[in-house]
Amino acid sequence: MTTLTARLKDHRGPAYPLVMLVVFFVVPFVIMLSVSFFSRDEGAFFQPAFELSNYARFISPFFGKVLLTSLTFSAAAAIISVSVAVPFTYFVTRMRARWQSVMLVFLLSVLSLSEVIIGFAWSTLLSKTAGIGNLLVAIGLMEISQSFTPSLGALLLGLTYLGFPYAVLVLYPALSRLDPEIPEAARMLGASPIRSFVNVVMPMMRNTITGALILVFVFTLGAYLLPQVLGRPQHWTLSVHITDQAIFQSNLPFAAAMAIFLMLVSLALVGISTLLGRART
Amino acid sequence: MLILRYAFILVVLLFLAAPLVVIFGVSVNEPKQLLFPPEGFSLRWYAELFQASDWLNALRNSVVIALGASTIAVSIALPLALYVWKKQSKMAQALFGLGVAPFLLPPVISALGFMIFWITVGFYGQIYATIISHGVFLVTLPLVTISLGLEAIDRQLIEASRTMGADDKTVFRTVIFPLARPYMISGFAFVFVLSLNEYIIAYMVAGFTAETLPIKIFNSLRYGYTPVMASVAVFFVLTAIVVFGSIARFGDLPRLLGAERARR
Repeated sequence: MTTLTARLKDHRGPAYPLVMLVVFFVVPFVIMLSVSFFSRDEGAFFQPAFELSNYARFISPFFGKVLLTSLTFSAAAAIISVSVAVPFTYFVTRMRARWQSVMLVFLLSVLSLSEVIIGFAWSTLLSKTAGIGNLLVAIGLMEISQSFTPSLGALLLGLTYLGFPYAVLVLYPALSRLDPEIPEAARMLGASPIRSFVNVVMPMMRNTITGALILVFVFTLGAYLLPQVLGRPQHWTLSVHITDQAIFQSNLPFAAAMAIFLMLVSLALVGISTLLGRART
Repeated sequence: MLILRYAFILVVLLFLAAPLVVIFGVSVNEPKQLLFPPEGFSLRWYAELFQASDWLNALRNSVVIALGASTIAVSIALPLALYVWKKQSKMAQALFGLGVAPFLLPPVISALGFMIFWITVGFYGQIYATIISHGVFLVTLPLVTISLGLEAIDRQLIEASRTMGADDKTVFRTVIFPLARPYMISGFAFVFVLSLNEYIIAYMVAGFTAETLPIKIFNSLRYGYTPVMASVAVFFVLTAIVVFGSIARFGDLPRLLGAERARR
């Protein structure tokens, strides 16, 4: 008898974590999904209903363009940060343990910075009175200082800055486990350092690199503040519109529909890339 | 070739450090203007963070939320990680996946989910709502660190204590818990720093009633410039460096981040 209750207890799983995650994570998603079919109510946030108008609304040239903008920016940020992060992380993993720790502390500190601070710091760095404009004047490359923000370039810099530490942290475990004798063997056989890196190390890391690209892509897709601080209104991404609809237009059903849509797009992209990665290997 | 390598590392580090250097510079400006290189040297904008009642209030909210959220996150992550570690079942893997999921989606989606949830249950705008939301959203971090710590425990140690007559509770108290403790502390620290910096969830759940420092910075950014924003940003950077630096000093940071072997 005691063994039976013990076995039942075994299969029950940990009650408290399960309750917390279901109540505070799964339930909110279910409610959000249902609200995306509700109708808008100016006074009380939303009215129970079943309508598809919230979804129908963004099948329009305006939101099509917004989606395309969001996807393009995130793709660009992902490609830039991962292509810098691959060699950078590789070099970091070849350092002594002590220096690796120093680098990791610095990267984690950058990673933990909120978008508000990244946006503020970059807008300062690119500003007229406190930015690189002053530096360019000082070394004689420019006549008078000027501001480089808001602009598309500023926004892309900010998004890359946001995604870069994540790219490094995804690449770090795999690259640090890479047997150093493998690239060395390629060198012994006469390959140049760059060639041994591109032709030997990179193909071994293909899945990890894909993983890093996806993570940075999905993560920057969620950027809601950088487009407002560093970009112009036409650079507003889907995430900015979601917050805008939820808080300032108080249209929660429409915001929920957009959030569900954004989630489906990210999941689909993750799925497609995983399938492609599997097909190639 | 070596020179090229160091030049590359240096350029990347410069890119990462440049904005931080500039905000440090503007935070010590004497006049209330956005100037770099700074004019004069003054620490009064740091004093204002701890004196001006509105900034102090935001600081207090941020710290209370971060402490509460880290406690909740670790309290969920520890039993979950133990369960996954003991059982390698499908159920355990599904639960682990559920614990990792919040971190894999664009945060704005979870933020809206939390907002609608708290409106529905009637706690929208309460600081408790922000604390719980942060705790659940960031549960991934202690879950991953504690799992790493448990994996490193030699199962023979547990066998040994069992043969000497220790029951489950004693094994947990005398073997598992002390070995997992450093990883719990790191997980706690990760959640603390990320919660302190988190903007979108705090904003959408209780942005107008429980104003945190990131929200306060963004609100001030809209209505003009004050150097206090820069001093808060520097405060954040320093907190992160101190916290992660201590983890690296007292623990094995490369291993915590997934390296199997680091060069000595």
